[in-house]
Formats: sequence, C-alpha cells, structure tokens
Amino acid sequence: MLFLAEGAEHNPIIPIWQEIVLGFIAFGILCYVLMKFVFPRMEETFRARVDAIEGGIKRAEEAQAEANRLLEQYKQQLAEARTEAASIRDEARADAQGIREDILTKAREESDRIIAAGREALQTERQTIVRQLRAEIGSLAVDLAGRIVGESLEEEARRRGTVERFLDEIGDGAAGTAGRR
Amino acid sequence: MSGLVLAEVPFPPSVDDIFPPSLWESAPEWLTKFSLFLWLAVAVVLIYFLVSYRDPKIVPTKKQWLAESIYGFVREGVAKDVIGHEGLRFAPYLASLFCFILVGNIFSIVPLIQVSPNAHIAFPAVLALSTYGLYLYQGFKKHGFVGYLKHATVLPAPWFMQPLLLPIEALQAFILQPVTLALRLFANMFAGHMLLLVFTLGGFALLNAESLFLKPVALVSWAMTIALTFFELLIAALQAYVFTLLTANYLAGTLAEEH
Repeated sequence: MLFLAEGAEHNPIIPIWQEIVLGFIAFGILCYVLMKFVFPRMEETFRARVDAIEGGIKRAEEAQAEANRLLEQYKQQLAEARTEAASIRDEARADAQGIREDILTKAREESDRIIAAGREALQTERQTIVRQLRAEIGSLAVDLAGRIVGESLEEEARRRGTVERFLDEIGDGAAGTAGRR
Repeated sequence: MSGLVLAEVPFPPSVDDIFPPSLWESAPEWLTKFSLFLWLAVAVVLIYFLVSYRDPKIVPTKKQWLAESIYGFVREGVAKDVIGHEGLRFAPYLASLFCFILVGNIFSIVPLIQVSPNAHIAFPAVLALSTYGLYLYQGFKKHGFVGYLKHATVLPAPWFMQPLLLPIEALQAFILQPVTLALRLFANMFAGHMLLLVFTLGGFALLNAESLFLKPVALVSWAMTIALTFFELLIAALQAYVFTLLTANYLAGTLAEEH
C-alpha cells in the first residue's frame, strides 16, 4: 500500500517543467551543432563525391571522343596519303613514259641531224674535190697536150671551151655515181 | 517475514522508480540522473559526429563512412522517401532527431545507466514540440495562416460531412499528432524500463521466497530479463525510427499542395 500512496505523488504523464526547459536547451544545442557543423559538411562531401564521379565519367567520355576523332583523322589522312601516293605513282609513270619518248624523239632527231650534216659535209667535200680535180686535170691535160702538140696550142685560149665541155661530160658521169653511193 | 523481503528488494516496481532522488543532497528536486543522462546523450551524439567527421574525405575512411551511413539512412530512407526531393532540407533535423532518440533509448539497456531519459515525458514532449513547431511554421510559411488552417482541416468531402470532419481533422492536426508523438515514445521507454525492473527485481523476490520450489524460478525470471533486454534494443531502435518517420510524415502532409 505504501508504493501506491507514493505513486500518487508523481504522475508520469505530467512533465517536470524544469526538465522541459533543460530538454529544449540540450536538444537545441545538439541540433545547432549537428545542423551547422556536421550534416552540411556531409552534404558537401556527397556533392563533391558526385562531382568527382560524374566528372571522371565525363572526362573519360571526352577522352574517348578525342581518341575516336583522332583515329578518324588518322584514317582519313592515311586514305589521302594512299590516294596521293597512287596518283604520284601514276604521274611518275606517265612522266617516265613521256621522258622516254622525248629522249627517243630527240635521239632520233639528233641522229638524223648528224647523218644529214655528215651527208652534207661529204657532198661539199666531194664537190670541192671534184672542182679541184677538174681544175688540176684540166691544167694537166692542157699541159700534157701542150707538151705533146707544142706551145702553139697554149695561146689558143679559145680552145679551152672545148676542154671544159669535155671535162663536164666526164664530171657529170662521175658525180652521178658519187651521189648514188 | 514477507514484509522484510520487500524491504530488502522493493517489489513490485512502481511509477516512483522513474522518479529517483536528486543528484546530490542540496540539488534541486528536479535535477536527477535523467537530466544527467540527457546531457550524456547529447554529448555522445555530438562527440561521435564531430570526431568521426573532423576531416572528411571524398574517399571516406571507415569511421567517416559509418557516420555518413547514419545520416544517409535518414536522408534517403526517411526524408527523401517520405517527403520527396523537397524533404532533403529537413534531413539534418530528422537525422539529429533520430540520433538523439536512438542514443537516449539505448541508454535503457546500457549497464549502470539502465534508464532512458525518454522515460520522462518531459523529453519526448520537447522533441514532439520541436516537430510540432517545425511543421506549423512550415505550414504557415507555405500556405499562409488561414491557408494552412484550411489546408490542415478541410478535406475534399461533401459539405454535409464537413461538420463531422472539421473537428476531427483539427483535433488531429493541432493536438493529437504532437501528443501521440510524445506519448508513444515516452510510453514505450517507460514500459520497457518497467518490464526490465519487474523481471530483474522479480528474480530477487523469488530468490528470497520462503518456498524452496520458488527459488530456482528466479533463474527463469533473469533469463526473461536478458531476452527482454534484446527486445528493448529492438524497441529502442524502432521507436527512434517511428518518431523520425512520423515527423517526416507530418511535414510531408503540411507541405503537400493538395490532400
């Protein structure tokens, strides 16, 4: 019976007002410190973490894109280089062909020219020789005839026309043979 | 003879067991170990978080990770799930509430403390009043004074139902919600303390019994104490969670655009 009598002294659902005041102070301090110094820093850390992860992914994506771009560029450059090499080869082949033809043409022309020049020189030489021979033979023949017939013939200069004509007839025959050679 | 035994070990426990004498002789009557444990709970929570979050890193240490997990649990599991994305700004308050109640409740099974400050109605009342103040303030801020009164009491129902609904809703929003919040926590902690006392002291009472057959039953009683201690741990965590969840729930109701 004693505890019942004592129980009446305290009612457990009637708060002690000093404890309420104390509770507000304590809970207030707790909330203030946690909400000011702890949880916002956690939020900050969470954010930084999200940034770090997302940033990492983004950086990786950028690097991937850059690599792809470079690969594409290299491929394109390679293809260009190949095409260029092929065209250079074709050109070179064409050039070589052209040069060979040029050289051949020039060589042929040169040879023709040399042959022609030689032929001309021969012709000139022959004519000179023929002319000299003619003069020499004429004078020799006249000398000979003069020695045989006597000095009287020397004076008869008009007879020279006869000698010349005779020699021309012989020369024409000789020249015709030389030209054909 | 039986009176002598009861004098040795007070049995059965009474309401007075949660009204211990003041801390020292000349101290005021209200300054009991409950006030001491209140400050102890505050100190435990503060020191834990300040120490483990002294130097936060992006890649957390184990200690930091644990502290973040506690906050993350309330942030994701309560604030975000119950209130939605807008609820994230209440996460710090909800987490403070959760940690404080949890630590306070667990005091009920910590050796040498063995009673939760929340077994005194004053402290759950403080917490409930804080929540009450918070959701009233948020309601008035969002809907305006009259707007919030209407928001909290008028349901979309036929006009002839309103005379019935209005008083119920008003009672619910402005009285029952905070009162039940405080009473639920207090009653759970108070009852848990009483249960542990009954079986612990009951064991001694049985041991002191005159009948030889009753003495071994004391062991059963103490085994019950151990079992109930684990149960009390469950209750402690559950009540902390329930209090936080309901606070979030009331905030969500206040912040909702429509019913």
